[in-house]
Formats: sequence, C-alpha cells, structure tokens
Amino acid sequence: MKIIAFAEQRNNRFKKTAFEVVRAAKIVADQLSAEVAALVVGGNVSSIAGEAGAYGAAKVIVVEDARLENYSTTAYAKVVAEIIRQESAEIVFFPGSSLGKDLSPRVSVKLDAGLAAECTALRVENGEVIATRPVYAGKGLLDVRVQSRVKMFSLRPNVFSAGAAAAMSALVEKRNISLTDDDFGAVAKEIKTSSSKKDVAEADVIVSGGRGLKAPENFLMIEELASTLNAAVGASRAVVDAGWRSHDEQVGQTGKTVAPSLYIAVAISGAVQHLAGMSSSKFIVAINKDKDAPIFSIADYGIVGDAFEIVPALTAELKKAKEK
Amino acid sequence: MKILIFVNHVPDTETKVKVAADGKTIDPAGINFMLNPYDEYAAEEGLKLRERFSGEVVAISVGGDTHKEVLRKALAMGCDKAVLLKDTLMRDSYAVARALADYAKEYSPDIVLCGKQSIDYDDSQVGGLVAEMLGMPSVSVVVKLEINGNVVVAEREVEGGREVVHSKLPVVITAQKGLNQPRYPSLKGIMEAKRKQIEERAISPVESKVEVLSLKKPAAKAHGKIVGTDASAVPELVRLLREEAKVI
Repeated sequence: MKIIAFAEQRNNRFKKTAFEVVRAAKIVADQLSAEVAALVVGGNVSSIAGEAGAYGAAKVIVVEDARLENYSTTAYAKVVAEIIRQESAEIVFFPGSSLGKDLSPRVSVKLDAGLAAECTALRVENGEVIATRPVYAGKGLLDVRVQSRVKMFSLRPNVFSAGAAAAMSALVEKRNISLTDDDFGAVAKEIKTSSSKKDVAEADVIVSGGRGLKAPENFLMIEELASTLNAAVGASRAVVDAGWRSHDEQVGQTGKTVAPSLYIAVAISGAVQHLAGMSSSKFIVAINKDKDAPIFSIADYGIVGDAFEIVPALTAELKKAKEK
Repeated sequence: MKILIFVNHVPDTETKVKVAADGKTIDPAGINFMLNPYDEYAAEEGLKLRERFSGEVVAISVGGDTHKEVLRKALAMGCDKAVLLKDTLMRDSYAVARALADYAKEYSPDIVLCGKQSIDYDDSQVGGLVAEMLGMPSVSVVVKLEINGNVVVAEREVEGGREVVHSKLPVVITAQKGLNQPRYPSLKGIMEAKRKQIEERAISPVESKVEVLSLKKPAAKAHGKIVGTDASAVPELVRLLREEAKVI
C-alpha cells in the first residue's frame, strides 16, 4: 500500500509541518507495511526535496513548475489529485496549515475521498487508521474513520513530532503534470508579510497578553519577554476587539489555533473561547492575579500575582540565565 | 448579482459539552443554538455586495426544522430569501456540501459566501468542497474582498501575513473575522423576517465518507503547580521550565 504525505514548502524551503506530516505518515505506514512517498509542489523545489527522506519518506515526488511558485488552490488541487492517482495511494496526509486546509477539501472531491480535518492523534486498529479530532472548540474529541477507498487526513501543525532527522536519503522523482491557464482559477499573487514578527501559528513559544494588562502600551513588557524567549506575541480576543493588538495575533476561537511547546498567558482569565485556541499547547504558564481564573485549570505552572511585577522579573531572570 | 450564503446552526460558544446516549453526538438538551459566527461575516459581505451591485441574497442551510431559526436571522439581517434543505440525519461535511452544491448548480450564483468554519465540528471544509463540486475557484479565510467587473481580489489570512489572491467570478469565498462588522437585524427586519416564507426542499442525501466512532470529553488536565504569588517565585518558575518541562 502507498501513503502520500504532502510536504508543504514556502519560498522553496520546507515548513516545519512538512516534516511532522512525513513522520506521522511513516509511523502509520510502519503499522500497515506501507511505503511513504512525500510530495513536494512548487516553483523550484528539487534541491530541497531530498530532505524529506530524513523523516521517513522512501521517495519524494517533485512537481516543479514556475507557475506553481505561488500557491494556487485550483492548480495545486489538480497536481496533488493527479499524483495520488498515478501512485494509486490509498492514504494521504496533509498539514492542517492555512494552505493544507484550503487544498485538502478540493483534492478530496476530485478523488471522491473522505477527509478527516485537523487531526491531533492517529492510531491504527485492525489495519485501519483511526483519527482523533477536536470539535466544539476542543471541548470534545471525535474518533473517526474514513470509509472511502482513498482516505485523507489533515494534521494540526505542532501537534505531531517530526522526530530527529536521520541520515537517510530518499529517491527523488520528478513528475510533469500538464497545466493550462484554466487550471489557475485562483492564484496568490503576493504575500503581505506582517512585518518581521513571528506568527503565533508557527511559533514554538508564545507569550500572550490579555485585558488585565489595562492599556495597550503595557504590551511592551509582553514584547520584551517574547523577544527574550524568541517567542511570538499573542493576544486575547478582548484586547484585539479593543483595538490594542491586531487580529493576526489573536489566539482562540475567532483567532488562531496554536499548539506551541510553551504558552505563557499573562493577565488572561481564560474564557472558553481562548482555551479553545491554545489548550493543546504542550506546557502552559499562567500569570494572573485572580486565583480563580479558569486559565489556572489548564496551566501546568502558575503564579497568582501581579503581572506588572512578575513579567519584568521573569524577563530579567531569563536574560540572566542566558548570559550564564 | 446572485449571491448565495450558506448558514449553519451551532451551539453557542459557552456550551458545556455533554455526550448524548449514542456516545457519538452532543446532547442538545439545554443548549442555546445560534447562527455560526463566521457565517454572519459571510451574510454581511453578501448584503454589502447587493447594496453595491444590486441583485439578491439567498441564505441556505442543511438540517432539520431547528435550522429555521438561523435562516430567520439571515432574513432579519436583510437576505431576500431563505431555503432549508431538509435533512434530519447528522452527516459529514462532504454530504452537506453535496446538498448545497446541488442547489447552487440549479441557482447558478455569481458568488457563494460562507464562514471559514462552523464552530461545532470545526471542519473548515464546506467552502472548498462546494467550490470543487461546482468547478469554481475559491478563496478561504478571507479578510478583505474587492470585486470589479468579474475580477476578484481577496486577501486571505495565512501564517505570517496575508496572501493576495486574484480570481474571477463566479467564486466561493469563506469569511474570516475582520472581513466586516456584521449588522444587527433592525426591528423592521425582524418583523419582516417573520412574514417571509422559508422554502423547504427535500434532498437526495449521499453517504457520509467520514464515520464518527465516538465523541468524548478530553481528559481533565491535572491541576498544575502554583509556583508562588509574587515575583519571588520567578527563579523557581524558570527552573521548572528548564529542568522539568525542558521547554527553554
């Protein structure tokens, strides 16, 4: 049996989630005596393709075309569906990234396949993949199986471990898929990057601030702590709605879903909508003066106290530790 | 301009999840349902397009009679017409999308708008599925939309910024917070909505492709450690993060 792992790249570099997807596919493949082919689509990606071998792909299929440099939902869907057909693959894994979530439903229709979206765990039972996916903003967990011949899954970024890179090389195979202008029904012409700051959706450490910070200028201490930790700055809905921070920093139900290794919530009470966006973080630190704040119910470590005192002390302590 | 809006009926965000006796679905007793918040952005955008280009806005939902409530809300916001595709079984996104696409094929809209995801199953699939079923381009998670003639320029939120996507009508757009500020239904709108007919149609359902085996509540997390109550706890916190959690 063949399994395809869609290995996402941007600017001809693999995203971290690409390796997570390849590794997760490999772990499933080992239990099904299957083989993993990673699929890389882009404008100039041959030179990086081999890297996917280090995470468990036996071969890497490359579809390279200057017109695929920028993402096009329609053209990418055609390419990916065509490769799945050529390989007669029965299981396909996508990242649950913004690209993966956009692309995977379109591919599923082309192959008449069911898609389990944004899975956070996978297991194999009786030769079948069972996926767990959070629903109701993380307040429920569904176990699902896909019943169609081709089975597709998207995996929430940062949840699956890419593991260590092994000194393994994969066979790289170039394929041509012929594309016409009609295939480019929607094309990303440019990406407006939000300055040089780190994005919460991709950061390994996030420091978030909430309404308890009282004023927008007090986010300065959040930014300082974040920069000491090489972290992204996040925000609660309340401060985004108040106009203190931009929406791209918002973590929660109407913002981004994140799963960093470390999430530090400062002066955030932890409304259920916020918890929905960050409860799958690996370690959670809460700093809040209200000991009954719901954020403490999911925090691994908490300090019940004044953020204005604790945050600068934490920044100083971390700086001191760094210098050692 | 013919504008089609998909709306869904979801438990409100404060809902406490209780698993129903079947072990697979949520127990609806005592739950307040509401219009999916992302669908409100979709409806608002549709109404704004009608104000600019004239035409009509049709709101459509797949489900049982309870979905009439959200269709009434869409009418109260100003949608011209509401259609309920009647279905009493829980189905996956694929089956729901098929029913919506069948209707859309017949209606042949210039633009389809829906929320980027429904906050019940958080599947983020219906927009893309319907677009592919209709052979239309699509742009998901849109925070800015411009239409000139048949040229569509949409900005979608991606990691680290926004993608500016160029496309053409007809197109499917899925709405993200930030696209607009949804209007509150006016009293007049609410009164008129009560008088408007909701068209009901039967669907020819297709099988779900994703089967739900169980719904469970996540294991409650063990209560964490309160390290202290002031800045003197900071060195201990840093030690724990280093030595116990090993995350810094």
